[in-house]
Amino acid sequence: MKTNQTKQEKDHHKFLTENTDFEVRSLDAVCLNESELKHPWWYNFKYAFAGILFGVLLVKAEVISWFRIQEMFRLQSFHMYGVIGSAVAVGMMSVWIIKKNKIKTIYGEPIEFVTKKLNKGNIIGGLLFGFGWAITGACPGPLFAQIGTGATVTIITLLSAIAGTWFYGYFREKLPH
Amino acid sequence: MFEWLKQPWPWYVAGPLIGLMVPVLLLIGNKSFGISSSLRHICAACLPAKIPFFQYDWKKEAWNLFFVTGVLIGGYIAVALLSNQAPIEVSPKLQQELAGYGISNYKNIVPAELFNWSTLLSLKGFIMMVAGGFLVGFGTRYAGGCTSGHSIMGLSMLQLSSLVATVCFMAGGFIVANFLLPLILKL
Repeated sequence: MKTNQTKQEKDHHKFLTENTDFEVRSLDAVCLNESELKHPWWYNFKYAFAGILFGVLLVKAEVISWFRIQEMFRLQSFHMYGVIGSAVAVGMMSVWIIKKNKIKTIYGEPIEFVTKKLNKGNIIGGLLFGFGWAITGACPGPLFAQIGTGATVTIITLLSAIAGTWFYGYFREKLPH
Repeated sequence: MFEWLKQPWPWYVAGPLIGLMVPVLLLIGNKSFGISSSLRHICAACLPAKIPFFQYDWKKEAWNLFFVTGVLIGGYIAVALLSNQAPIEVSPKLQQELAGYGISNYKNIVPAELFNWSTLLSLKGFIMMVAGGFLVGFGTRYAGGCTSGHSIMGLSMLQLSSLVATVCFMAGGFIVANFLLPLILKL
């Protein structure tokens, strides 16, 4: 059993590090295809459920409010810093615990974390997103949640964000990274 | 209890719960918490146009689209079932500043005076919704993630690139909110 597990872990590591696709995709913070398991599509409903919880949290914490974002960037309130800071603290502890105890997923897959290379996009793209965040009062998650709250015109902001992503993909080779 | 749920949740309750999204997604399916990649999957699914960046099996990433659909439904539930209809309380300083631009409606999550279908066709509305949205989509993908992917997931993994990206998100936001946005709001 033990040798079996190590082989699985080795294979997964190989999959994450040697897959050439990941070299291109390594510029993305979110790596794609982490899980190798093939599940029926309706398994995805568990993520919809997680999304619902996240959406409720975003609204009830008011972090998707344009007003709260303005407060944050004017240093007029601690609220946003408290939310993001405590979320990061809990996230860090969770990742540390998972790493230290080599905790596996509920399906027994090993969880591995891949370091992404620092690149110029983190800076240029980061600034551009910051500009957009201050204007719209929304990052991508809140765009979806805002539509749900009844701010239907946010659909336009979302479509525009999708267009922005598309243009990035189109000009990607010409942009400094 | 239910009345308490209907009030805005303090940061020390909501923040840690948001942080728990990280281990939950890892444990239920080895997924990295991140929202902005959903925009990429939508491009890959609807308009890949032979662009290499969109040539991958987006169906394998369908979980992310289920997740963001959930976020939208969650937004609806929070307002329809878990709201006490009270206006958002912001700092008096901000209220004073915004009053100067004719913004005084704090009932919605976004100011009703700025974000509505009729202002969309004005210059101000166009900049705030269309140009702003474009910057969000372009910038997050260029940076390789957004507030959830970099600032929460990436920082949780102690990644340098995520720290740099987060500092730049904040720097960009500071510049625009304090220097450029007042000019846009005056339009």
